[in-house]
Amino acid sequence: MTDTPAGPGPRHPATPHRPEGPRHPATPHRPEDGNRPEDPRHPPARPRQRIPVWRDVRVLRAAGQVAFAAALVAAGALLYANLSRNLRQLGVPVGFDFLALEAGFAMGEPPIPYRPSDTYARAFAAGVINTLRVSGLGILLATVLGVAAGVGRLSSNWLVRQITGAYVEMVRNTPLLLQLFVWAFAVFGRLPPPGQAIHLGAGIYFSNRGVFLPWPAPAAGFAAWAAGGLAGLAGAVIAYRRLLRVRLETGRRTYPGLAAAAVLAAGLAAGWTLAPAPPFTVSVPTLAGFNFRGGASLTVQFSALTAGLAFYTGAFIAEVVRGGIQSVPRGQTEAAAALGLRPSLIMRLVILPQALRVIVPPLTNQYLNVIKNSSLAVAVGFEDAFFVARTVFNQTGRTFETVAIVMATYLAFSLLTSLLMNLYNRSVQLVER
Amino acid sequence: MTRRRGPSTPAAARPAAAQERPDAATARPRAGAAGEAWRWLHRNLFSTWYNALLTVVGLAAVCGAASRVGRWALTAADWRVVTNNLTLLLVGPYPRDQLWRVGLAVLVTAALAGLTAAAAGGGRSGVLMRRAPALAWLLAPLAVLWLVHGDGAVLDVVRTDRWGGLLLTLMLAAVGIVVSFPFGVALALGRQSTLPVVRAVSTACIEVVRGVPLVTVLFSTQIMLTLFLPEGLRPDRVLRAMAGLVVFSAAYVAENVRGGLQSVPQGQIEAAAALGLNGAQTTFLIVLPQALRAVVPSLVGQFISLFKDTSLVTIVGLQELLGIANSVLANPDYLGRYAEMYAFAGLVYWLFCYGMSRAGRRVEQRLGLGRR
Repeated sequence: MTDTPAGPGPRHPATPHRPEGPRHPATPHRPEDGNRPEDPRHPPARPRQRIPVWRDVRVLRAAGQVAFAAALVAAGALLYANLSRNLRQLGVPVGFDFLALEAGFAMGEPPIPYRPSDTYARAFAAGVINTLRVSGLGILLATVLGVAAGVGRLSSNWLVRQITGAYVEMVRNTPLLLQLFVWAFAVFGRLPPPGQAIHLGAGIYFSNRGVFLPWPAPAAGFAAWAAGGLAGLAGAVIAYRRLLRVRLETGRRTYPGLAAAAVLAAGLAAGWTLAPAPPFTVSVPTLAGFNFRGGASLTVQFSALTAGLAFYTGAFIAEVVRGGIQSVPRGQTEAAAALGLRPSLIMRLVILPQALRVIVPPLTNQYLNVIKNSSLAVAVGFEDAFFVARTVFNQTGRTFETVAIVMATYLAFSLLTSLLMNLYNRSVQLVER
Repeated sequence: MTRRRGPSTPAAARPAAAQERPDAATARPRAGAAGEAWRWLHRNLFSTWYNALLTVVGLAAVCGAASRVGRWALTAADWRVVTNNLTLLLVGPYPRDQLWRVGLAVLVTAALAGLTAAAAGGGRSGVLMRRAPALAWLLAPLAVLWLVHGDGAVLDVVRTDRWGGLLLTLMLAAVGIVVSFPFGVALALGRQSTLPVVRAVSTACIEVVRGVPLVTVLFSTQIMLTLFLPEGLRPDRVLRAMAGLVVFSAAYVAENVRGGLQSVPQGQIEAAAALGLNGAQTTFLIVLPQALRAVVPSLVGQFISLFKDTSLVTIVGLQELLGIANSVLANPDYLGRYAEMYAFAGLVYWLFCYGMSRAGRRVEQRLGLGRR
């Protein structure tokens, strides 16, 4: 696009519809009216032509905005008048002081120590942390599932393409709420009681009281072992980068992946042997009476919600990943193959860096959707931020305060996630000339 | 991505039988060609050792799942939970002696769809045939609303609290998308406006609504809407849910339309101005027709997701399809029949969503999107 301004007037290249008329390129402009927008029907050739006030674009723009603002204020005043009268009739006070009062309701699964005698503020905090827990795990699992399914839809294996395609089409075309009900009542709710729990091996049990897993509890030697592991990790990253660069620059086989794994293993082993005591005591769930004891337990509600969010969002992420990989021209793959790169290196060095540029923005949207959709926890009885807000509203009748708190919470999460993903996006974007 | 049509592929390059499935990647083995079948199997299922392993594992999993689901559906499942409550699931507590009105509304909708399809496929269509669908699209929603709700004079009024089941789901989705569309377009234009105040207000509205979950929007319209209204106005729960869906959907429609507005080349606007069109004429005659045409695919997607999202009104206590399903499951006669009921509800949702996405793809092709 040629972008040479025809006149000295201000140009707004990004604005779609300019209210000013275009300048006639042949019209000579006199310096004194160079910045004034003109109507083309009044050619500036006429001497000392003043634009009438009601046709002056600057006046019209200002007037339009004032009128818009006035209409907004009038509507707001009307609503406020209704509101204050209605609130007076209801007799409900407005203010956030109720947060310090005793909540009085119990929570089945508080992530922080919480008793009914604690305050509403603490109940809200527990709910918000629960939202974070379920969204974080959901995002993680959905990403893994989505990338696997997205790659599967492009597999050279016909059966794998059909299976992943069926998964995506089935999950994307039914409501998440229905899927959550299925997970909660038809899957996790129908599991056998702890006495006949399904044992997946390695101490992982599925029962109608939840999922039980072995959990390593940090013990005395944990710090030394973790230090060794961190050192090993740092060494592995450095070794991988060095060797990969040598491989790319000289073409010698350097096995960067193997070397990095060896360095990491060496670091972990060194930490383990040097530590004065074993770093973990692994707690394995065992059946005691009517329930399991020990290990980590995930309640039915938490498991159902996490599984539902992961499977639902995974299908959408699969489509995002597929679109991203398909957006890389085939010539890139062929050129990389002609250069002698192996398929795994083609994927990692040629396709993924280009596909990520396309993938990251819609992926951000999917992560935001997980956070927002986690509010459906209320349908399966998991106490997230919205669940707590609804309970508080039912107890106190504080309309505005609960709505304001819950909306501010989700807005803050959304903004924070967009910020983080935008930073990541900037790092994967193509740097152009 | 444009799909290749059969006739557009070079006919000489392939045999006549291959034209049924022009997509080479999914080509199936053809009858009477054992060698070709073997080659297809080798290329698509057993090309490498790990592909062979994947095929065997996948086949075992699919067969295992299919046999278990099939055995359950035919023997263990008790489908009476669905068949005994079919009317309830479809229309909820709608008066049984007025059901013919719902049937008539379905007929009107079907006629509308048929007329649209006929006009879309018709070759030698006159002015009437070309104008008829547009007119029908304007009149049919009003006719459906009149039939289902009534006016008190000719048809008895059926208040919205008697709507339920699939009927309520469809009405919520239709009202949501139709009413939110003009608001969404206005918000999108506002966000693209050069007036800072208008732009700031529109942007704030869009971003706040898009940043919060639909459940919280529905919840706040349920409990707050009446507080903002004058004394005489007390919308019932269905109307309040519709208000929430409209607010939510308008923000998403606005973002879709904004994408379309940005896709209209600047030269179009400059050309319109050169022809002497003013701002309103440029917007409504030049920019919007092109912008809306470009966003048809994303609007179809938005409509599908709104259709799925109507299920959330269950959480604020309305009895749409999923709500009715849950209340039937609460009946002691059908205790524990979750799988049957949710399988039915899922099938209904799936049929509608999949059908809409297929229809949307047809509309895209007809508009020539992605080809011009």
